[in-house]
Amino acid sequence: MKESKSLLFFYIAWLVAAIATLGSMFFSEVMKYTPCSMCWYQRIAMYPLVMILLIGAWKSIKETTLFATPFVLIGWLIALYHNLLHYKIIPESAAPCVQGVPCSTVYINWFGFITIPILSLTAFTIIGVLLILEKRNRNHA
Amino acid sequence: MLNKKNIFFGSSVFLVALFIIATWAYKDAKNEALSFMAKDNKELFMPDYSPRYGNADAKVFLIEFLDPECESCRRFYPQVKDILKKYEGKVQLVVRYAPFHKNSKIAIRAIEAARMQGLYWESLETLFKNQPYWGNHHNPKPELIFDYLLQLGLDMDKLRSDMKSPEITKMIEQDVADLKTLEVRGTPTFFINGKPLSSFSMNTIDSMIKSEIETLY
Repeated sequence: MKESKSLLFFYIAWLVAAIATLGSMFFSEVMKYTPCSMCWYQRIAMYPLVMILLIGAWKSIKETTLFATPFVLIGWLIALYHNLLHYKIIPESAAPCVQGVPCSTVYINWFGFITIPILSLTAFTIIGVLLILEKRNRNHA
Repeated sequence: MLNKKNIFFGSSVFLVALFIIATWAYKDAKNEALSFMAKDNKELFMPDYSPRYGNADAKVFLIEFLDPECESCRRFYPQVKDILKKYEGKVQLVVRYAPFHKNSKIAIRAIEAARMQGLYWESLETLFKNQPYWGNHHNPKPELIFDYLLQLGLDMDKLRSDMKSPEITKMIEQDVADLKTLEVRGTPTFFINGKPLSSFSMNTIDSMIKSEIETLY
């Protein structure tokens, strides 16, 4: 029971990573939105999670949670920073983007608040929470 | 216990299939929207103020959103010229601007000011030719634009004052507004009689022009 619950958390985390990966590829490859540099850093953190979590589900959930954590943490921090920039809480001048697309460019704005950085932050948050739930589920009977 | 393999495998197949279907649906919807716009709103694709090259009675219009500072536009330009020569008399090139780089607007203003002196195409070609020097992304030297244009024998004082003309400003603003409507996000972006390219290549441009000629002539 405990094991299948862990697997379920893991499965949802993997699903979120896979949707985020394919979704970001849809934005850049199909809709031709140019990813800004900070989006790239978030992609670097998100894309490997798909494979890490997938293989982890077979091999060892316990160890994989550990391997996945730095990716989630780094991605989450960059996403947070990106959102602060996007909503002008941090001014653009303080941002590291110089060439190409400025990181404060707003591509999509669904229902007035869903932007790409919000989607990214949400995905990293969900994955992070699921990995924490998985660990707690494993530690507590 | 849940069947791990089936769930992960099934989900993967489902997601990839969804991605493919979404891609197909998106492109289809976009093409349909564009052809609808092309029929009802010619002005959106080719306003009267835009520079045109080729026979004024041509029935096929190759609309190119370009940026004088864009490397791909530079590389495509000779091939675009070859195509115009190949279908001479039947195809007209309409130049629209997509100022996506840092100094694009200076370059556009300069060639538009040169257009007022009847040296538009020469200026565009000179700027493309020397683009690696003035438009180097790591070390741009927009001031060089004037050195290159001087060699064409332009009246530089007139050019500098014409560059500030409100008509040029209005024209760039309209082009930018239209490229947003048409969802142009890269340069060069081509439309053939309002139809977007089915794939980004010179061969596609050639075959799409050919099929337009076959229908219209």
